Amino acid sequence: MSRPAESDPPGEAKVARSSRATRVDGSAIDGAAIVATGLNKNFGDVEALSDVDLEVGTGTVLGLLGPNGAGKTTAVRVLATLLKPDSGSATVAGFDVLREGNALRENIGLAGQYAAVDENLTGAENLTMVGRLYGMNRAGARRRAAELLDRFDLSDAGDRAAKTYSGGMRRRLDLAAALVAKPPVIFLDEPTTGLDPRSRLALWETIEGLVSDGTTVLLTTQYLDEADRLADRIAVIDHGRVIADGTPDELKDRIGGERLEVTLADYGRAAEAASILSGLSEDEPVVEHDAVKLTVRERKGAIVEAVQMLSEADIGIDDLGLRRPSMDDVFLSLTGHAVEADEDDEAGPG
Amino acid sequence: MKRLLVDTLVITERNLIRLPRSPDLLLAFTVQPIMFVLLFVYVFGGAISTPGFTYVDFLIPGIIVQNIAFGGFVTAIGLNEDLSKGLIDRFRSLPMARPAVLAGRTLADVVTNLLSVIVLLITGFIIGFSFGTGIGEILAGLLLLMFFGYAFSWVFALLGLMVSSPESANSLGFIAVFPLTFISSAFVPVDSMPAALQWFADINPFTFMVDAMRSLWLGSPAGNSIWGAVAWTVAILVIFAPLAVGRYRSAAGT
Ligand SMILES: Nc1ncnc2c1ncn2[C@@H]1O[C@H](COP(=O)(O)OP(=O)(O)OP(=O)(O)O)[C@@H](O)[C@H]1O
Ligand SMILES: [Mg+2]
Repeated sequence: MSRPAESDPPGEAKVARSSRATRVDGSAIDGAAIVATGLNKNFGDVEALSDVDLEVGTGTVLGLLGPNGAGKTTAVRVLATLLKPDSGSATVAGFDVLREGNALRENIGLAGQYAAVDENLTGAENLTMVGRLYGMNRAGARRRAAELLDRFDLSDAGDRAAKTYSGGMRRRLDLAAALVAKPPVIFLDEPTTGLDPRSRLALWETIEGLVSDGTTVLLTTQYLDEADRLADRIAVIDHGRVIADGTPDELKDRIGGERLEVTLADYGRAAEAASILSGLSEDEPVVEHDAVKLTVRERKGAIVEAVQMLSEADIGIDDLGLRRPSMDDVFLSLTGHAVEADEDDEAGPG
Repeated sequence: MKRLLVDTLVITERNLIRLPRSPDLLLAFTVQPIMFVLLFVYVFGGAISTPGFTYVDFLIPGIIVQNIAFGGFVTAIGLNEDLSKGLIDRFRSLPMARPAVLAGRTLADVVTNLLSVIVLLITGFIIGFSFGTGIGEILAGLLLLMFFGYAFSWVFALLGLMVSSPESANSLGFIAVFPLTFISSAFVPVDSMPAALQWFADINPFTFMVDAMRSLWLGSPAGNSIWGAVAWTVAILVIFAPLAVGRYRSAAGT
């Protein structure tokens, strides 16, 4: 077996590995850390994955961005060997998902969409158990658990049963479990859903820290700003298909700049306001009831200009603001339609 | 192989840690069987004639066998919860030995089964039960009991992986196992039953098992009951353990 001996568990910092760009046994990963080719997966007549190709370079972050039901979780489950694809192939850390499951699993950490913690165990016991199942000895697993509890701000709660944890605490415990073995590849399925802004930021920093050590990360998200901040590349997925793929800048170029939204005091003059403001944008402004919305070419000065133009025409303004493009805007510009509600799913947050 | 052993023990430990923290579970292991014993002995006992035995002596092996068979409920319910809470996904994403999740569960059942046997025996002693054999046979009986319970834990493991909720694991298991234990020699002598039921009771694994226990603990003639009980236990184990492991491998997957 390729598993390291008990006395040399993967969780010990002193293993031959100096960076996390290598496998847990210290060998180098040839080529990209994650490669998926032509993945298909159907559930009944739902095409959860349809001809999905993905490539995540070693030490980089791929953001898989998509609305409810897009197929994000299905993609993660296939890559983490929890689900067999109907067709197509994939390797993670150089190991084939179908044929080399065990070696693959030694080299990944997974934090699923819903926190998978044993509620009857304490936080420390949860992490120690996971460490032991990665092959660490008891002392090593305990030490690693304490380290992670500290890092995820759970030290105080470490000796309490996880059933007493809040949603955000469970989430953090689950993420800690994914990092126990310091694996070179990590899958995070909507890691920040349900976290408060402070924990969210802390998690982003943790992920950035891992990446600077060479870890490869595939994370799914429904938030463009999250993908923008963390990901080297973003793949946009909808109805099981990758509909766009590129660096955040490339995508934003395709989506266009920021949105200016002006709410008018008198909605009767919306059409007039729209034609005045059209000079700020390449596209036609959209009028929605008493609001005019447009994509601005240049962020700088856009607000001042808009205020001036409207006050010269003596059009009263109720509210006015610049908004960064959301995932809705991404979809609108990539597919021409807004995100469709998926009846099977509860509406996601945001 | 060493992996399988270590991982199994890690999972066993995980399942046992929770016991002292769940008073309701402990109650199910202790108070419930005691109530059953008392009800049977004092409510039905006087009306059931058991030639050659006092009813307490007759009943204790029977009720212990019934209890042991139900010990696997913890496995069914626990596995089902693990499945719905995503823990099975977590385990399946780890480089652990795959059968260890089930092996650890069923091994933990052996510990809880032992606990409930001890509780029942103490209750029995208090109300007049006594062994009629030597220490060797008593221990052999205990061993057979544990083995039988272990085999049933695999039946419940499969059940827990197949049903959609812990509640249905509970009721399905009950529907399947409860009648089996009653149409056997556990609570009444088989020859007091109508012919059709007698026919069924005679091939019922519980009859073999209970008769074997009576022979090992009370000294009644064994006939073929001990070998029959061992054969049934082995058969249940070799059928259900692979089925459960197969189901686990594909659980939530496919
Ligand atoms: N086990 C399953 N059985 C049947 N259908 C499934 C199963 N898993 C997923 N699906 C369907 O496949 C599609 C993709 O689901 P998936 O969970 O991958 O979406 P997602 O992008 O993760 O969505 P969300 O943002 O809501 O988590 C959905 O239509 C879903 O209903
Ligand atoms: Mg999902």
